[in-house]
Amino acid sequence: MAVKQRSKLIFLKLSLLFSFSLLSSALAISPGAGDGHTINGRVKIPSLGAKGFALPGKLSDIKVILNGGQRVTFLRPDGYFSFHNVPAGTHLIEVTTIGYFFSPVRVDVSARNPGNVQAALTENRRRLTELVLEPLREEQYYEIREPFSVMSVVKSPMGLMMGFVVIVMFLMPKLVENMDPEEMRRAQEEMRNQGVPSLTSLLPGAARS
Amino acid sequence: MAIKVFLLLLFLSCSHSVFSIYQDQVGLMDWHQQYIGKVKHAVFHTQKAGRKRVVVSTEENVIASLDLRSGKIFWRHVLGADDAVDEIDIALGKYVITLSSEGSILRAWNLPDGQMVWETFLSGSSPSKSILFVPANLRGDKDNPILVYGNGCLHAVSSIDGEVVWNKELTVEGIDVQELIHPLGSDVIYAVGFGGLYQFDSCQLNAKNGELLRHEKAEFPGGFSGEISSVSSDTFVASDAAHSILVLISVRDGAINFQQTYISDLVQDFSGTAVLLPSKLTGIFSIKIDGFVVFVKVIDEGKLELVDKIDHGAAVSDALPISEGQQAFALIQHEGNKIQLTVKTGHDWDDDLVKEGIKMDCERGLVHKVFINNYIRRDMSHGFRALIVMEDHSLLLVQQGEIVWSREDGLASIIDVTTSELPVEKHGVSVAKVEQNLFEWLKGHVLKIKGTLMLASPDEVAEIQRIRLKSSEKSKMTRDHNGFRKLLIVLTRAGKLFALHTGDGRVVWSLLLNPLRESEECSSPIGLKIYQWQVPHHHAMDENPSVLVVGRCAHGLDAPGVLSVVDAYTGKEINSLGAVHSIVEVIPLPFTDSTEQRLHLLIDANQRAHLFPKTHEAISIIQREFANIYWYSVEADNGIIRGHVLKDNCILEVSDEYCFNTRDLWSIVFPSESEKIIATVTRKSNEAVHTQAKVMAEQDVMYKYVSKNLLFVANVLPKGIGKIGSVTPEESWLVVYLIDTVTGRILHRMTHHGSQGPVHAVLSENWVVYHYFNLKAHRYEMSVIEIYDQSRADNKDIWKLVLGKHNLTSPISSYSRPEVITKTQSYFFTHTVKTIAVTSTAKGITSKQLLIGTIGDQVLALDKRFLDPRRTVNPSQVEKEEGIIPLTDSLPIMPQSYVTHILKVEGLRGIVTVPAKLESTALVFTYGVDLFFTRIAPSRTYDSLTEDFSYALLLITIVALLAAIFVTWVWSERKELQEKWR
Repeated sequence: MAVKQRSKLIFLKLSLLFSFSLLSSALAISPGAGDGHTINGRVKIPSLGAKGFALPGKLSDIKVILNGGQRVTFLRPDGYFSFHNVPAGTHLIEVTTIGYFFSPVRVDVSARNPGNVQAALTENRRRLTELVLEPLREEQYYEIREPFSVMSVVKSPMGLMMGFVVIVMFLMPKLVENMDPEEMRRAQEEMRNQGVPSLTSLLPGAARS
Repeated sequence: MAIKVFLLLLFLSCSHSVFSIYQDQVGLMDWHQQYIGKVKHAVFHTQKAGRKRVVVSTEENVIASLDLRSGKIFWRHVLGADDAVDEIDIALGKYVITLSSEGSILRAWNLPDGQMVWETFLSGSSPSKSILFVPANLRGDKDNPILVYGNGCLHAVSSIDGEVVWNKELTVEGIDVQELIHPLGSDVIYAVGFGGLYQFDSCQLNAKNGELLRHEKAEFPGGFSGEISSVSSDTFVASDAAHSILVLISVRDGAINFQQTYISDLVQDFSGTAVLLPSKLTGIFSIKIDGFVVFVKVIDEGKLELVDKIDHGAAVSDALPISEGQQAFALIQHEGNKIQLTVKTGHDWDDDLVKEGIKMDCERGLVHKVFINNYIRRDMSHGFRALIVMEDHSLLLVQQGEIVWSREDGLASIIDVTTSELPVEKHGVSVAKVEQNLFEWLKGHVLKIKGTLMLASPDEVAEIQRIRLKSSEKSKMTRDHNGFRKLLIVLTRAGKLFALHTGDGRVVWSLLLNPLRESEECSSPIGLKIYQWQVPHHHAMDENPSVLVVGRCAHGLDAPGVLSVVDAYTGKEINSLGAVHSIVEVIPLPFTDSTEQRLHLLIDANQRAHLFPKTHEAISIIQREFANIYWYSVEADNGIIRGHVLKDNCILEVSDEYCFNTRDLWSIVFPSESEKIIATVTRKSNEAVHTQAKVMAEQDVMYKYVSKNLLFVANVLPKGIGKIGSVTPEESWLVVYLIDTVTGRILHRMTHHGSQGPVHAVLSENWVVYHYFNLKAHRYEMSVIEIYDQSRADNKDIWKLVLGKHNLTSPISSYSRPEVITKTQSYFFTHTVKTIAVTSTAKGITSKQLLIGTIGDQVLALDKRFLDPRRTVNPSQVEKEEGIIPLTDSLPIMPQSYVTHILKVEGLRGIVTVPAKLESTALVFTYGVDLFFTRIAPSRTYDSLTEDFSYALLLITIVALLAAIFVTWVWSERKELQEKWR
């Protein structure tokens, strides 16, 4: 499926390049029959299919929506779309698909000078000279599971517990061993006087008295 | 205590605050079901040896390609809400052609993958019937143009690229075309129709260029009813304006002949009206006469002959050409719990090609539509398969007397949702079962730990995933401790009630509600709402909960209502009340009787309130609470909101002690020239609020104004009611109100200049969030209003509390007029919104998330913290500690916080949240054409271990600790011994 999709996309890209030179004048608002105008545009996704993540979205699943659901249209295989019979005014075009974030586009259709494109992305106010809509970013819907690392186990509560045990088992006796026996005895005396049960008394080293 | 610390540690270890899942967690707690809706048209594609499929269009504006073997969806597109599909067909054997929007948009879709190939907009002058005629293409090498008639204009469109070859305005000629005929290979197109009430027109057009070759008209003095059925390429049947005469029209050599036949001559004891049914059979047509379908054959010289008369409730398919000059059609009749499928040929009525009886679930109701397709059997005889659309909107494929597959497509049109608890588990888990499962359990966990340590082989990974998804625990039919397992009870447009299990989404039971079926009293019944009727707490072991379904007989508000009570466990109707008074509104009262049935007030169109259930106990309860029952009504067309109370018993001819007159308490009239109500929202009645106080930074306290009687109203200028693009910023504004519905007091009013609807809002606790369009910035905006009670603000003084001089214990009454203050803030939001909901949890402690259904049919979970009016650009250190996010002009959209992750809930219409028993968790059910269910934890699951908690790792740790203790003990013993020997 993926292979098929990619091959189709290469074709799409080529045809886009080809058609762009021919049809660049068509990317505009043209006066239609009666009072309505026609908005023509194109959706271009640079890296469709070239993504490592399992991409669920396909070109056929992209919807182009005018004015929050007033009209819904789909893309032709070359990425073009059009809305017919649109009255003059300021309109909003949204592109929805899974996997990409598109900014809504504000399109001005003026009755006075038809053929003049006035389009701007509403997210970042960037003006568009042609109605070519590109995604602002790709969307990853899943958290990426961190690969297994020793640190993550060590950091987990269980790991911390184990680490503590290891420290107590191996390092504490070493510490105790390295201490001067005189000093050790004094410390123990002190502790006995205070009557506080200490950790060292539980350790094997404490039995050296 | 230890557990708490441990949990705290766990909680700290995961520092993310957004809703997010890993890819391998998909399907663990969520499920997604895809539907298409009630099928209107179906076209089979079975010629080629490859995938056999059927292309359908539905009442939900879906076009889909289904696998004929299994009923699975190959591809599917949901068209816009106003883009209803008129006709579909297949052209060139590879394109699906759809005509939609009343014959103005023609699209071609690639049959294998559903990619749109071309789209053509067909303009016309006046609305008319839309007809799509795709020429039969036997060889597939010649491009015969598609003929489309729509909006009074005939178009010939190339099927390869959608170019309009020619078009011809036919309304100019004064014809309303009803039928198009284009004989194969002919250069002439015949169009027949009516010109006015009395005139029949016949046209001949040149198929090459659309030139009008000939135009004949003839007048029939009796007038036409408007229906027409073609019997052959030059003979048509119409009925007269009074529906009592059949007119046989023959067009030969440019001459139009009428031949009348009185229906009473054909059918004995005929009375009433006859309706011609559209069918495309040669030589036979069918008419519907009160309760019967009559088949009439046309014999030579215009004689009509009655061939058969069958019960109403039968369905007839279109004709299917099976061989040279032969046609077949299917007929389905009901016989008890079976349906009888008969396939007949057009020329010989008594010859049945197929006669099969199929057992049918009676909950599916009557057969509404049937489509047939043929195949050649091994012995070269014809076999038939039939696609059947039932009354409950389900779709079935029948072949050789068996149901091959069925789809519950009624679930694509859910009207309302409620939930019910599952039965309490009566028997404890037996020990044997545990022992048997212990090994499995251990094995599962060993596998799991292998998985976490990345040691598992691909097979084992698959096994782990299988174990996780299969977990029988989640689909059990009993209540669980966490309250994750429930029944979702949904009412569909077909009047069918389904109970879905929240664990895996399977249908537990379904019931076609008899009061919501078409009958003599109820011509076009519609379901309205479901309410929880009886929720047993005291006798939860032996009593079943039940739900109340409210419906209406027709679309008008004054149509008689229907009520039905259904057992939530068994799906049996306990009680039903048909065609009572009209029901405008249903008010569930917060009182229950001794059997725990909830009291409801039904308000009728005459402003009378009817008590339901009609028992004496209910009367006595309501007498007690008579003065405490308030409700409001919104008249959006007149711009009036009224508050009501009960007055006294009705005085009718028949005394009815369950009926009460009502009295208007207050009314708010909005100026009709400047404001029009477009949205009203109240709080959910069962919402739990944990605390009334909100502790601010600097040891300050604010008291939330928490009232169940808060109403949010959004008004726009009447001019700005249309869609975006219809008004300029200067001539549009949005006014929002917060109103107390007991006193009618306006608590808050705010105007957004240069803004317009549609407004989607949600009200919870003491805040309301609403979404609207800002025309000046040309972006969507979301605003929040929080409302606080100022009269309790001075309760902060500890000395007052000690001395008892506070008013915390004073009763809260809507009649006291507390000082309120509001805080508001607005933010930009990128997407168009279809619906907004808010999470609700059992105790209301967990922080809230907004669930936003976007135009892309996804559900975004947005923390309420982002919509906090106390956000500032540079929050102080104290505020930061409190969790206040620095102010940004737009709300963030994080892809990981989409609840629906990579899935789409096509045609999204509603989001329902239900609290689980576990405080941290809420269940979310989203419906539209698709269904999606998941559970979310807005502040993470702080009160339980997560799904991926590794018990095995815990066990290993404990074992390791024990081993360490033992080893150290041995060491210490040995060392001590050495010390002693020294």
